[in-house]
Amino acid sequence: MHDRGGWPTDAPIDRSEHELADWELLTDALVGALGRQGVINVDQLRRGIESMPPNEYERASYYERWLYSVEAILTEKGVLAPGELDARLGR
Amino acid sequence: MSDHDHGHSHTPITNGDEPAAAARARALEELLVEKGVIGREDVRQRIDWLVSRSPADGARLVARAWVDPEFKERLLADARAAALELGLDPGPSPVVVAVENTQAVHHMVVCTLCSCYPKALLGPPPDWYKSLPYRSRAVSDPRGVLTEFGVELDDDVELRVLDSTADIRYLVIPRRPTSSEGMSEEELAALVTRDSMIGVAQPAAPAPGGVLSRQG
Amino acid sequence: MKYRAGQRVRVAARPHEGHHRTPGYVKGKTGSVERVHASFPNPETRAYGRDGLPKQPLYLVGFAQRDLWPDSRGHPGDRIYVDVFEHWLEVAE
Repeated sequence: MHDRGGWPTDAPIDRSEHELADWELLTDALVGALGRQGVINVDQLRRGIESMPPNEYERASYYERWLYSVEAILTEKGVLAPGELDARLGR
Repeated sequence: MSDHDHGHSHTPITNGDEPAAAARARALEELLVEKGVIGREDVRQRIDWLVSRSPADGARLVARAWVDPEFKERLLADARAAALELGLDPGPSPVVVAVENTQAVHHMVVCTLCSCYPKALLGPPPDWYKSLPYRSRAVSDPRGVLTEFGVELDDDVELRVLDSTADIRYLVIPRRPTSSEGMSEEELAALVTRDSMIGVAQPAAPAPGGVLSRQG
Repeated sequence: MKYRAGQRVRVAARPHEGHHRTPGYVKGKTGSVERVHASFPNPETRAYGRDGLPKQPLYLVGFAQRDLWPDSRGHPGDRIYVDVFEHWLEVAE
């Protein structure tokens, strides 16, 4: 799903751009900070992204994929308890 | 932001236009800082670094290479070292490779597997670079992609697409525009666009009349 | 480093279940080494929390675009270059 080279597509390339939102900058920085602390490396981040269910992978925006991966890897490593982030969000 | 007690659950404050991910990212930061996994100051510094990145740095490398052939050779041999020579931050990637467009060869860069990009020198990648259609067609239909971007290469030009699949980040040195003689390095750098350093565009053309057009 | 610039190499066609950075579109294809990069930690093991050592040699391998996509509207001389780790490469005849 992540291995897209030559994937058949009729979609034109949407050239509109958006400035990164605060939460996107924050997500990027969180990954960097976690990397610096040796908690998650870029290969784990990519593996986490690649583990997304295909429909979620295609639907998610770029940093939504990062966030998914970070949560998955941190839960895998026991840094986060399962559902802990949901609980913090009041769900 | 005020401190709060542990165990106190709170409804996230969200702007209606934000995706759910926004509150999720903020809550994640809170949790990780509370747990002592990361420091808030480190996060702030990283955000500051990200917003400081722009294609102007890459453009300076290109402009210097255009006016100084020996610098260009150093840039081609080791782009990280060349960036440091100009006081620029080449970023955390261990290797940056600059590739040169010529009359015979045009380069274009993609990361089909994710979005690898020399962001220290170019700023964050544009959405289209990270998009599924670009990642797909940049390798299977690169001339079609270039046509969409308004670039038509001559028949005798060899197109080389670089897929950044590992630790190397690639930067394209576009061709110096004809009729740019006499321009200062700073003026030349202003012609070097981000897209020309990805390889989906040519640099901007000098204003008609060159330097003289700036007078009056 | 096992391979040298200019040498013809084939990318292994083997299946690989976990994280790896060899794109499917070059597996089983033959190209030539354009550049010999340095060695880097192996992302295939690093992705699972290990240190990725020993480092693996990395090569920039060039392919004729027509060899990868015979139906593409590219020009005969167009090429695709991919960074491939040594353990994914085999000697090509």
